[in-house]
Amino acid sequence: MEIFSWLQYDFMKYAFIAVLIITPLFGMMGTMIVSRKMAFFSDALGHSALTGIAIGVVLGVNNTNISMILFAIVFAILLNQLSSKVVASTDTVISVFSSCSMAIGLAILSKGGNFSKYSSILVGDILSITPTEIIYLIVIFAITLGFWILGFNKLLAVSLNRTLAKSRHIPVKLMENLFAVLTALIVMVSIKWVGILIINALLILPAAASRNISENMREYHFFSIVFSMFSGVAGLIISYYTNVATGPMIVIIASIIYFATYLWGRKHNM
Amino acid sequence: MTVLRKIIKPCGLHCIKVNHLGVTLGGQEILKDINLHIHCGSLNAIIGRNGAGKSTLIRAILGDIPHSGNIEFKDSENGRIQKLKIGYVPQSLNIEKQTPVSVYDMIAAYQSNVPVFAVKSHKQRERILEHLQVFKAEYLIDKQVCNLSGGELQRVMLSMAIMDEPNLLILDEPVSGIDQNGMELFYKTIYQLKENYDLAVILISHDLEYVKRYADKVVLLDGTILKQGNVKEVFSSGEFTRVFGKKEEI
Repeated sequence: MEIFSWLQYDFMKYAFIAVLIITPLFGMMGTMIVSRKMAFFSDALGHSALTGIAIGVVLGVNNTNISMILFAIVFAILLNQLSSKVVASTDTVISVFSSCSMAIGLAILSKGGNFSKYSSILVGDILSITPTEIIYLIVIFAITLGFWILGFNKLLAVSLNRTLAKSRHIPVKLMENLFAVLTALIVMVSIKWVGILIINALLILPAAASRNISENMREYHFFSIVFSMFSGVAGLIISYYTNVATGPMIVIIASIIYFATYLWGRKHNM
Repeated sequence: MTVLRKIIKPCGLHCIKVNHLGVTLGGQEILKDINLHIHCGSLNAIIGRNGAGKSTLIRAILGDIPHSGNIEFKDSENGRIQKLKIGYVPQSLNIEKQTPVSVYDMIAAYQSNVPVFAVKSHKQRERILEHLQVFKAEYLIDKQVCNLSGGELQRVMLSMAIMDEPNLLILDEPVSGIDQNGMELFYKTIYQLKENYDLAVILISHDLEYVKRYADKVVLLDGTILKQGNVKEVFSSGEFTRVFGKKEEI
């Protein structure tokens, strides 16, 4: 079949598999990120990737992925704690720490004029993914799915009313931290393929679009995952034929879906 | 009727004792030496001005914030100590317009482990419906929580609070979104609950008029308990006048 001719290349095959793993994950996590108004938080996490890499470079770590992931986890928990303790509003706190950490990262990485070596992480390149890296994605996918099945009700309960959740013996703090850590993990393992600049769009857009037309949690998840996967697969194929970077193409399609659902929702008074 | 089976007349023999409860947050003593004795089948109103520590007291009893002192639940006849089950109705929910959470989703999230994002459990649905019926709210089950009126939400929250047959029901009286009729209905419902179920009610109230009409016991709070007793005792006390600046007509 002519339309599937792109699958004859290994890099396209791997990219296709990666998209099939990453996008449902993003669709699923995005629902909670949007519900909990954490869009800015996940954005800050994405930006912290640079700092994590920079710390790895300074410490002379061979695999900067590890320093990147560890830093993001620490950063996520720190932000979570700070937002609940500091009097300033959450977005101010996140903004301060995110700008500060990103500036440190950029300063270190640009020392000696070497930044171009790292600039690929800004846009990401899903076509360069290898089979081993796909296995990491599968592991993360399994962990997230497990957490979602066991912990989603509790997370929802916490997001609706913390005191009420506490009165029902739900470990509020633990659930919030686990969710933050998991978000950090997912953002970090996919950032090389999706890119710092657009990773947040991929987390937020499908869920936000789904919200426009959903009335309950099952619809919310179903549409969010469907929109996310559709944008991913369509974006990959279109980018192949138009010779445009894959990440931005996926985001463009997700945005179109968002506006379409917005109009549809308005028309049907959702 | 399944609902009727649940009705157990209060025996008046169970009691909840709060002993020397104190709360200190960030180096500041917010509550000290709170002693309460609450019987099943009674409606206990907590009153006091803003910042008196009413919500803090409730959060401490619910275990949301650390406190000193202890809370025990006893059979006053033989002194047997039991595990206290608490139902709680918050003042408001953290939910915005357009949030795709239905009444079923919300209640099932708190009550069951079947993940609400994936499946709708028939068994849970039946159970939830049965409890919504108590407050004539069964028609709301598939409605979005964010689209409910203040009164509807209150009834849904009450249904959820009594699902585990609590010994103690803690309510934060709604301050907004409910009109005069709604308030009347709210108090009548609470009154019926304490008459027909074996539970005690603690209610944070902002409306002295309703407290006067419905409460069995009133607790006047300002960092500690200034005065407690029946409506007459508290409303005619000097402490009451000092806090609210006037004597209420009894």
